[in-house]
Amino acid sequence: MTRVAITGMGVVSAIGNDVETFRRALHTHAGGLAAPEGMDEVPKGISVVGQVRAFDGLARFGKDRLALLDPFAQYGLAAADEAIAMAGLDFRADPAMAARTACIVGTGGAGISTFQEGFARLYKEGKNRVNPFTVPRAMGNAACSQITMAHGITGPAFAVTSACATANHAIGLGFHMVRSGMVDRAVVGGSDALVNFGNLKAWEALRVVSRDTCRPFSKDRTGMVIGEGAGVFVLERWDDAVARGVPIQAEMIGFGMSADAGDITFPSVEGAARAVQACLDDAGLAPGDVDHINAHGTATTANDATEAKVIRTVFGDRTDAVSVTSTKSFHGHALGAAGGLELVAAVVALQDAYVPPTLNLTELDPACPLDVVTGTGREGAVRVALSNSFAFGGLNAVLAVRRTDAA
Amino acid sequence: MSDLEQKIYDIVVDKTELTRDRLSRDARIKDLEISSLDFVEIVFAVEEEFDIEVPYNANTMDSDFETLGDIIDAVAAEVEKQG
Repeated sequence: MTRVAITGMGVVSAIGNDVETFRRALHTHAGGLAAPEGMDEVPKGISVVGQVRAFDGLARFGKDRLALLDPFAQYGLAAADEAIAMAGLDFRADPAMAARTACIVGTGGAGISTFQEGFARLYKEGKNRVNPFTVPRAMGNAACSQITMAHGITGPAFAVTSACATANHAIGLGFHMVRSGMVDRAVVGGSDALVNFGNLKAWEALRVVSRDTCRPFSKDRTGMVIGEGAGVFVLERWDDAVARGVPIQAEMIGFGMSADAGDITFPSVEGAARAVQACLDDAGLAPGDVDHINAHGTATTANDATEAKVIRTVFGDRTDAVSVTSTKSFHGHALGAAGGLELVAAVVALQDAYVPPTLNLTELDPACPLDVVTGTGREGAVRVALSNSFAFGGLNAVLAVRRTDAA
Repeated sequence: MSDLEQKIYDIVVDKTELTRDRLSRDARIKDLEISSLDFVEIVFAVEEEFDIEVPYNANTMDSDFETLGDIIDAVAAEVEKQG
């Protein structure tokens, strides 16, 4: 079977707007959750957020381009720029290669802040017109389209949306397209810009947001923390990457998905377990082959206890040999971008033989009987890692990656 | 029965499939099998009705409210405080 290499990674998040800064934060246990900045009013039910900070859109894109870029497209573009530069690819210089490259970048909330600004003008300020670029800024494919335009990628391109599983679906689709030979390369990931008043009010209203901070698998957890950002990857055939002489970050080896067909918000053990099993099957892995799981780990009561059952169901008596962490405790729940940020963290675990800790865990919830890594993280070889995403709406997507020398 | 208690029962009947005769101060929320999404709707309707904010978190619901009486008391306290 065709092997698929990850040759580029890019990230924008509360713990860094490039991979090396993100990596350093994981190594120094420096979480990025803090009170929202730059808002006139913060909803009462929101204590901290995983907000993208020190991101200078004007400096990155210039005034003319910025006018057409909602923050979610800015984050997606920045992450794609980093990933494509890391992969050492120049699509404009090679139109034939560009036509054989897919671009699949999803989003959960799309241009929600652009819509919010427009609606505030209409309904709050009593003005009669909105930003003339409201539609092209806010559309769900804006980040994907802007990436194709910026880099001249002309193959299959579209956005996917599946709430918290968006990025994993986008990455997994690109992986299967490269592996099957449908395309030669794929630029894949997810992007979301969610720290704005209207969106935070929407999450506050659902009553699932934490009172204090994000404490995955902790007995005293009180809910999730909203994050944002983007995670984008370049995938290509292993042999092509070797021939180009470009450093391979990790091998992408599996993708599994499923639908619960159950509740719109409450997760299902059975549904999520099928996605994890499908991923193992796709990768040709046995439960004993997996060293580490970057968990969905939202820190809601429902998710974490369900996810523990999912992992126990699939891994059985191998469960205790799998180190589990939720890096949402660092960067919050970036929804459509979550799987992107977390795949970067999973690749860091492979590359650096280091599993970052789940921050803010005071006492492991007996309802989550897993080997959750806490404190200062854990040193030790990680050959194969999974990254779980279980979305609202019961849509599950799981990715598997392997260390470059562990095949 | 206070007006407030009556209004809360009306809201619960409206947002769930429960009949009025099952509702009382002592009725346990677990026994009524009110789903968490229905509960979110109930809290929203109560907040709109009484123009208050109820500090309700779905993650800690079990430890915060055991009976309908607990909810009625919490709403009464918030009305007193915020009204």
